[in-house]
Amino acid sequence: MKLTGHAIVLLARLLSGYTVRWVDCQPDTCQRVYFANHTSHLDAVVLWSALPRHLRAITRPVAAKDYWSGGWVKPRLAKAFNAMLIDRKEIKVHQSPIDLMIREMGDVYSLIVFPEGGRTSGEEMGQFKSGLYYLGKKRPDLELVPVYIDNVNRVLPRGEILPVPLLTCITIGPPIFLEAGEPKADFLNRARSAVRALKGDEG
Amino acid sequence: MSGASWTLWAQAVDAASGDDGAVWLTLRTYILLAVVFGVLGIATLVGIILERRERLAIEPAMLRRFNHRLRVWWMMFAILVFGFLLHRVGVVVLFGLISFWALREFITMTPTRRGDHRTLFWVFFVFTPLQYILIGLGENAPEWLTRGREIDFYGFYSIMIPVYASLFIPARIAIAGDFKRFLERSAKIQAGLLVCVYSLSYAPALLDLDLRLSDGGEWTGSNVSVLFFLILIAQIADVLQQAWSRVAGKNVIAIEINASRTWEGVVGSMITTGLCGAALSWATPFAWWEAGMMSMVVAVMAFAGGMTLSAIKRDRGVNDTGTLVQGHAGLLDRIDNVCFAAPVFYHLTRFYFSAA
Repeated sequence: MKLTGHAIVLLARLLSGYTVRWVDCQPDTCQRVYFANHTSHLDAVVLWSALPRHLRAITRPVAAKDYWSGGWVKPRLAKAFNAMLIDRKEIKVHQSPIDLMIREMGDVYSLIVFPEGGRTSGEEMGQFKSGLYYLGKKRPDLELVPVYIDNVNRVLPRGEILPVPLLTCITIGPPIFLEAGEPKADFLNRARSAVRALKGDEG
Repeated sequence: MSGASWTLWAQAVDAASGDDGAVWLTLRTYILLAVVFGVLGIATLVGIILERRERLAIEPAMLRRFNHRLRVWWMMFAILVFGFLLHRVGVVVLFGLISFWALREFITMTPTRRGDHRTLFWVFFVFTPLQYILIGLGENAPEWLTRGREIDFYGFYSIMIPVYASLFIPARIAIAGDFKRFLERSAKIQAGLLVCVYSLSYAPALLDLDLRLSDGGEWTGSNVSVLFFLILIAQIADVLQQAWSRVAGKNVIAIEINASRTWEGVVGSMITTGLCGAALSWATPFAWWEAGMMSMVVAVMAFAGGMTLSAIKRDRGVNDTGTLVQGHAGLLDRIDNVCFAAPVFYHLTRFYFSAA
């Protein structure tokens, strides 16, 4: 599966010609949750490919199990970039998606999440779901790193199959943490504006 | 790969692309390449020495720009020489890739809507490769394609994008069903295709011309020299224009578009580029005064290309195509001059200096 992984990275690089900017943040092997805006199927692949190789090995995109386990191609793809497939249908006590994620990531892995839930059209970011808040609450040691993914929605918009190889840009910003006693809504708004703030400063 | 098999392979490539024994590179091409290599080498040495000096007579920022420019030229030079080693097919593929990348920068820079997605797919994966395949076929299409007829694909590749692609693009956008700013969107894509693909493709098309002296006499040189001459002159024109603007620039042409381009720069560059071209006429089928005239035309077109791209960038609010998507040097900034100069240079050469 290593080979598939490299092939995917190469393909993503050719197809999306991404540039990566680390703004007030450095690549590090400490445990992190990268949270980003979600506009295209390619987001997870491009963001994962954009990380340095030693980080790719310990960073897992979180994806929905029901979608990614269907068919022949999708499970293999998911395995190639070590995706963490989370069951969103069968939610039990101590078996909530957040518990699963925390258990799966142990003290090694970092995660890539898209807190908007679904893909948006790319113009305006949707409201964040509360998962990020619970992750921060249960594991306060995790660095929550905002990422803004620009232009990938033009490479492969919703509902399209054929990609157009435009240039994209990934901006990785300074980590945020859940403050003590910070209300959920406030934190989620802060996280959302942390992502949006990375959109502005071009050049 | 050993030398002998390399030569064999090169011959095979020539046979496949139908070059009927015509010399690919002649001594004059090598001399031209060596001259450029030497000048770049000397300039790099000067740059290194200046950088080491503690007390500078010129600003360090200017020196940094100079050294950066030199690195870009070294890269261009290396890529071109690499292409020349791969013969005609290699050069056509190389320019195809450059067009692809330039178009990518162009479309990234200009906003398109969701409804344009499939049109863009056609533009990137059908029209761009097709144009270069047609250029590659040129006069030497294989037998199975022409079925014995004498076909020069010039007739097709010179109209494919301006006519057929230009009709296809608005139709495809209309089918996608989004009418917002319809004409504007069509025009953006058409312009990108015209500048980045169609115009640039005339540079490798030069390799197909059956070159003659202007009086119809035989010319025993390599078309590669002429292609290299065009690119070299376009780059020289750009530099000289900046130099003249800096030294003697007073009347800015359009301050809203580009504050550093002046009429003095354009005229100065035209004359000095003409002189440079005349000095290099030995590499081309042009007499010295013809080479001078051609170079002046190239200088004017290079200026037109630079202005046009500046206008597009101003409209998008960016300084260089490079800053929109950081980390790239901005390929489009480097080749806008060649893009605009290539079709004019090609047609002048075809009309006055070729047997076709």
